Amino acid sequence: MNAAARFLGGVRSLRTRLLVAFVLLGVSTAVLVAGVDYVQARDIILQKTQDTAVLTLTERIETLLPPGGLGPGGLPPSQAELDAIAGRLSDRDDTAVAVYRDIRSVGGPDVDTLAPELRNAVREGRVVWQRVLVAGRPVLVIGTQLRIVLRDGVTLPPELEIYSVRSLEPEQQSIGLLATRAWVTGAVALVFAVLLALLAGRGVLGPVRELRRATNRLGEGDLTARALVLGTDELADVARTFNNTAETLEGHVGELRRMESEARRFVADVSHELRTPLAAMTAVTDVLDDEAQRLPGDAGQAARLVSEETHKLTRLVNDLIEVSRFDAGTATLVLDDVDVAEAIRATLRARGWSDRVRTDLPVGVIARLDPRRLDVIIANLVSNALQHGAPPVSVRAHARPDQLDIEVSDSGPGLAPDVLPHVFNRFYKADTARARSEGSGLGLAIAWENARLHGGGLTAANRPDAGAVFTLHLPRPDSESGDPR
Amino acid sequence: MSRVLLIEDDRAVRTGLELALTRQGHAVDAAGTGEQGLALLRATPPDVVVLDLMLPGMDGFEICRRIRTDGDLPIIMLTARNDDMDVVAGLEAGADDYVVKPVQPRVLEARIRAVLRRSGGGPANVGPPPVERHGDLAIDRAALVVSKQGRPVGLAPTELRLLLELSATPGRVLSRQQLLELVWEHDYLGDSRLVDACVQRLRAKIEDDSAAPVYIQTVRGFGYRFGPL
Repeated sequence: MNAAARFLGGVRSLRTRLLVAFVLLGVSTAVLVAGVDYVQARDIILQKTQDTAVLTLTERIETLLPPGGLGPGGLPPSQAELDAIAGRLSDRDDTAVAVYRDIRSVGGPDVDTLAPELRNAVREGRVVWQRVLVAGRPVLVIGTQLRIVLRDGVTLPPELEIYSVRSLEPEQQSIGLLATRAWVTGAVALVFAVLLALLAGRGVLGPVRELRRATNRLGEGDLTARALVLGTDELADVARTFNNTAETLEGHVGELRRMESEARRFVADVSHELRTPLAAMTAVTDVLDDEAQRLPGDAGQAARLVSEETHKLTRLVNDLIEVSRFDAGTATLVLDDVDVAEAIRATLRARGWSDRVRTDLPVGVIARLDPRRLDVIIANLVSNALQHGAPPVSVRAHARPDQLDIEVSDSGPGLAPDVLPHVFNRFYKADTARARSEGSGLGLAIAWENARLHGGGLTAANRPDAGAVFTLHLPRPDSESGDPR
Repeated sequence: MSRVLLIEDDRAVRTGLELALTRQGHAVDAAGTGEQGLALLRATPPDVVVLDLMLPGMDGFEICRRIRTDGDLPIIMLTARNDDMDVVAGLEAGADDYVVKPVQPRVLEARIRAVLRRSGGGPANVGPPPVERHGDLAIDRAALVVSKQGRPVGLAPTELRLLLELSATPGRVLSRQQLLELVWEHDYLGDSRLVDACVQRLRAKIEDDSAAPVYIQTVRGFGYRFGPL
């Protein structure tokens, strides 16, 4: 779940970044090209229309009024004259109006709606134009003065204003078309950018994902994990390097495992080979013990020594065999429903420890466990406490619904801090001065393995006051789950 | 004094055990192979057989089965390891008990005495009437004969002893550890597989359907119980 989320998140981030980069690039290029195009084309169209319109108007005005075209009466022009001028200047595209002071021609654009700046500019004698919206439609308004040159060359004061209005709707349509084309170009560019980004993403992410899969498997301990090498790019190089590293690692680990298993098998074989001669020796130790009492001096001592050491050797070999069975993974549990207090008391009784060990055991606690292995654990812990700790040694059991804790504590000086982490190591000797002790040196290691075999654990600690305390934790599965036949 | 047949292929172990058992007052016949052992068995019938499982030629399991088909002679296995398939297979083949090599002579001696006690005499407390009837089963505690529907059932000493202990208190649950102490006389935490294997063998002989036992019932989480019928 967590891994899946991380996996997805990782993919998203790199893919998103690629996608965003490609889209930004694609769209900005498209927008720039199409936008510049659009603006330029629009300006050109409008400019051309304007120029044409202005030119048309001025030309018409010139043809309209040959010098002395107006009546001799001159100014002010009559209403009819203004109408005539406006009429001559209007056609299909343009509608003109002629204004002289308060008089204006009939029809045409409403002069009062024109911008004051426009009119002022016209009055100053300039030819001006302006694009405005009239009733929501774009139009071009051109304003100029009609100069009246009299026969004697006198130019009358320029008070006759002409305003011509031309609709820009055709141009508007052309420009709209341009804008649409720009949008379409942008959209197509966007689609292309996304597609390209996805393609590029796949190209990059595929190998990356493959590498991650292989790395994860390697990390989980599958040393045969290899990445698929795709193509010849840098990512393929990385995959190749990864594969080489994994291969080397696999080789080394395989070699180590082979050596370790050989060493373990050797120990197991040696132990088994030792067992048969030991069985013969053990069989006669009682004979030796009996005879030793009658043998004089050295011979008796020698016989006793052989007998004692045979027992120790037997214990050591048995422990070695036990340990090799744990190493080989062939140790199995023989489960039974056991009264915990009874079992612990039986262990103490069998070894003659009942008087030396205090017990605090709950009555009637039944646990499903391997009684022989529990016996081994308790015996090793108590033996250790009796040998290395100081009396009183006590065994306490505490049962919870899901767990059983058995605590073996002594009242000695406790374990040194540097000893504590190694106390369950095989053949670990806390006291280097004492080369050999009663036990095989494997007792606590075997107790620890037995606890683990039960799915539990064994911990060592010091009590706050004094003394070491070893605690066995055993899980208590539902006793209904196992079938004792 | 009892007669012990020791079948063990290793000369040193055989000699050592022979020496130890002889000193403890047993008459020991020692054999190096299974075939030799079976021949000795017929020549001088022993009271108990101490049998190594790993033998050249005919192995210990086969000898076990042969002895069982012939009679109720108690068998103690010598095994190399104490918790693998050998033990289970040996118990299924009919062995009454087992010891792990290297074995201390006094441990083997204790097991021999326990198994011999099973073959002779009933439980010390002779309270109930000599012949009890439980359904189709008739148990004669004095004559040590069990019959079903009038026909005698051939039980090995350990099986008989287990049945006697369980049927002495019908309806009461006995844990495996209790049974190990009562029947096998193990004074420490014993191997519950001894009990389970013996119960299986006993069921095969006295139950109508071993899969749905009536006489020897399993009480999960506790142990075994005789009845209720």
